[in-house]
Amino acid sequence: MTLPNDYEMVVGLEVHTELRTATKLFCGCPNSFGEEPNTSICPVCLGLPGSLPVLNSHAVELAMAIGAALGCEIRPSSFHRKNYFYPDMPKDYQISQYDEPINVNGALELPDGSTVRIERAHIEEDTGKTTHLGESGRIHGADRSLVDYNRAGVPLVEIVSAPDITSAAQARAYAAELRSILVATGASDGRMEEGSMRVDANVSVRRVGDATLGTRCEIKNLNSLRSVQRAVEHEAIRQVALVTDGGRVVQETRHWDEGASKTVTMRSKEEAYDYRYFPEPDLLPLAPDDEWRDRVIASLPVLPAVRRVALLELLDEPTPSQRDQVLSVVELGLDGYVTTAVARGVAGALALARVANELAALENATSLDPDKVAGLLSMEQAGELPATQAKAVLAQLAAHGGDPKEIAAAMGFERLDDSALTQLVDGLIAAHPDEWGRYAEGDDKLAQFFVGQVMKLTKGQADGKAVIAELSRRR
Amino acid sequence: MTSAVQIASEVRSGQCTARSVTEAALSEVAASDGALHAFLHVDADGALAAADRVDAMVERGEDPGPLAGVPVALKDNLCTRGVPTTAASRILEGWEPPYTATVVDRLGTAGAIAIGKTNLDEFAMGSSTENSAFGPTRNPHDHTRVPGGSSGGSAAAVAAGMVALGLGSDTGGSIRQPAALCGVVGVKPTYGAVSRYGLIAFASSLDQIGPIARTVADAALCLEVIAGHDPMDSTSLREPAPSLTASLADGVDGRTVGLVRELVDGAAPDVVGRVRDAAEALERAGARVIELSVPELRLGLSAYYLIAPAEASSNLARYDGVRYGLRVPADDITAMNVATRTAGFGDEVKRRIMLGTYALSAGYYDAYYGRAQRVRTLMIRAFAAAYEQADLLLGATAPTTAFELGAKTTDPMAMYLSDVFTIPSNLSGEVAVTVPFGAGDDGLPIGVQVLGPARSEPRVFAAAAVLESGAPQ
Amino acid sequence: MTALSRDDVAHVAALARLSLSDEELDRYTGQLQAVLDHAADLEAFDLEGTPATAHPFADRNVVREDTPVACLDRDEVLACAPDEEDHRFSVPRIIGEAP
Repeated sequence: MTLPNDYEMVVGLEVHTELRTATKLFCGCPNSFGEEPNTSICPVCLGLPGSLPVLNSHAVELAMAIGAALGCEIRPSSFHRKNYFYPDMPKDYQISQYDEPINVNGALELPDGSTVRIERAHIEEDTGKTTHLGESGRIHGADRSLVDYNRAGVPLVEIVSAPDITSAAQARAYAAELRSILVATGASDGRMEEGSMRVDANVSVRRVGDATLGTRCEIKNLNSLRSVQRAVEHEAIRQVALVTDGGRVVQETRHWDEGASKTVTMRSKEEAYDYRYFPEPDLLPLAPDDEWRDRVIASLPVLPAVRRVALLELLDEPTPSQRDQVLSVVELGLDGYVTTAVARGVAGALALARVANELAALENATSLDPDKVAGLLSMEQAGELPATQAKAVLAQLAAHGGDPKEIAAAMGFERLDDSALTQLVDGLIAAHPDEWGRYAEGDDKLAQFFVGQVMKLTKGQADGKAVIAELSRRR
Repeated sequence: MTSAVQIASEVRSGQCTARSVTEAALSEVAASDGALHAFLHVDADGALAAADRVDAMVERGEDPGPLAGVPVALKDNLCTRGVPTTAASRILEGWEPPYTATVVDRLGTAGAIAIGKTNLDEFAMGSSTENSAFGPTRNPHDHTRVPGGSSGGSAAAVAAGMVALGLGSDTGGSIRQPAALCGVVGVKPTYGAVSRYGLIAFASSLDQIGPIARTVADAALCLEVIAGHDPMDSTSLREPAPSLTASLADGVDGRTVGLVRELVDGAAPDVVGRVRDAAEALERAGARVIELSVPELRLGLSAYYLIAPAEASSNLARYDGVRYGLRVPADDITAMNVATRTAGFGDEVKRRIMLGTYALSAGYYDAYYGRAQRVRTLMIRAFAAAYEQADLLLGATAPTTAFELGAKTTDPMAMYLSDVFTIPSNLSGEVAVTVPFGAGDDGLPIGVQVLGPARSEPRVFAAAAVLESGAPQ
Repeated sequence: MTALSRDDVAHVAALARLSLSDEELDRYTGQLQAVLDHAADLEAFDLEGTPATAHPFADRNVVREDTPVACLDRDEVLACAPDEEDHRFSVPRIIGEAP
């Protein structure tokens, strides 16, 4: 299923990210995930009568860091109340930034060189969590629901893009790049499956060449990068099918059903809310001065785009697959392993390959000591360990820690000395005269036969390249 | 009952015990409150336990605090941990908060004895205490009349001598108007001078807690204890609270006092007469009295009756039957919310919630709420201009003396007009104190109001002390 | 200032989650209209260029340190709940997703 050529999609994403603060946005309750229900609550986040909010300075700093990383203008801002009744919201209003958000007018450049403008990135509070009881376990068909307010009042930043996205793959790339930035700045842990980063997509379609936008639908519940791409794709196709059948797209909120691979309607516009926004009287305006703002900007880490360039510069002529590796290594935050190894003399290509393929596959990749990984890769680079053994040592290092040299020794991975190799090769030539004859006459394929025999005899300890060198020296 | 200043002095010096004062207060409540209904809840056990702690401190030679042994009444919109707190609403009936308001903590630390929780108009919305879900309070001077409101319970308890001090909250006059109608002193401090943490919100940008007392000195002592920065309230002023008791004898010699036409016009002739008498008393004490007109003050009532309900409509959304208080069962959440709120809120609260919801709703925000907030700016500027001509302003507190129970309950607009002289100070956030100054033609108390700029409490209290000593007996 | 209709009042009551009888609808419509009529005096002043005041004193940047403090005791909180189950607040079935 793809979009017909004469249609294009117009997509904007709204990303909510929970901030990694120690406490909630307006009270001192711990901001933590997975606690026993209703244990991280106080009069403020429970909305008890008489309680008042006080703004968490660290949340403001992380919001500014996000804004700065997205090239936003950081501005004087204020808080409003967004009024609507819902049981997961203890005050029955949400404190959010409305017409004066802290960050406006930024842009995010994606790895493919395209740019998506950022309209705003504002601060607001999260809601509690509701569990629906009854036969379906979902909201429809439930006979009652249970509410846990541990998450109520957790700080969020909502990042709203302009409708600049034109493909499902680009939507995914935007979400991935944004996630890398949020993780890099320390603002978020980026865990979509735990809901600490949540994506909503506004999707509309139009005929190529049309200037006006089509009617859009908002898709909620995109809790993985894969869902973002698939939901946007499916929704655009649904809308085109509707329009080409002579129907009309109805503005509504839709829910992505990953299992069924389709979006389903949540509520239509006639139930539209009247949020009655007005300035939150319990909070004063927020206008970070230059000193505060500059301090946050100065402490920003190096961002993913810059880190990707740094890795690419370590390669001579990056191949397309190496470019993909660079992308994923930076996205996973593993690029430090590559740069540390290269600083110790390891070739960029080798370092990238090991980090992208082997290290990235490990559960606890980021907990490894970069110096030890670099040490291991140096051994491989110097020919002290062949590839298969280097991989085995890495697995051991990840599982139990320790020093790569000692691990290699303990695993019996001593380097075969040159005279032992010479003797082995002599013995094999004598034992397999036919094969040697064909090799000597120029049949290179038989080199692999001899390498295999050497490996068998040495239990993989020999370096394949050294065997071939020995063979060709005698040819 | 003797004054708070005297009780504290006697308890601190060991001349009498906090327990004996508390027991006397409790028996006075038992004797008088059946007729007055000033209290919604009397916490005799808690009061006696607190008194014993004060006495033990005195015995050990420790400082029991500036309000040692002073019986106080708390308006029932102040949260008290483990003690019922209702805001005089069915929707909170039986609720025992798991936390205590900052002001209540401060009173306790200062050695004051909380006797109980006093009646009010539901959620502090009203001017007569008749909007209480638990029945009205009566004026101690005439049981057929209202005590004013919304802090009518605290004002009546103080006026009747059941306690030495009461705490009220003032959103549009809810401390000053009942204080005036009950013949006691009432203070609306500068917005932010006293922490609102633990005060059940009515209109957050206007609400302010303050003392009700029989003497200006008692009110000053109480305000010194409860004022001061609180990190739990973002709108709490950051600078230290000024000393007030030290300024009480400063007088008004050399001060210019502006008698504001808009704070007198429309008042009953006997009220106007007492305000003019008060001006003369200030002149006798050395003040120069000038007549001023501040036309913007006339807009206060309209602006207030849009801003306060708007904020209230949002503040009262949380009473939805989910987490605490009343729940009327229904099949789904929306029906439960509706059934609970419809049964739990009284008439006036519903009226204001609807008015405020309307003022904020799509298409009407600019015409109502937005316009009212701009008028608020005009009012603040007008006050600032007036304070360039005068150090203090003078006016009536309420247009009339206490009215009959039931006289205004069917006409909300007539009731709202009771607040016409008090509302401007809430909109500007500035200080205002009412002091009893003689009686009306009906023999009932009349209060006059002294207003000052933000943070000018010492100056206003000095003038209030002058009026107190010059008041007709 | 606009005239308030009975439908307006019904709409506002629904937004505020209140249910009104016919008698109440009539009565509130008249009473709210009286307040709005009084508020017509606000139109007499020229407000061009006058900013809105949301707070009496416009301090700014009132923030706290990101330091945890003690939470409430769950049992004490749930003791106030109209209905609880499994340490959570129980509510009747919810119609419609959160906005």
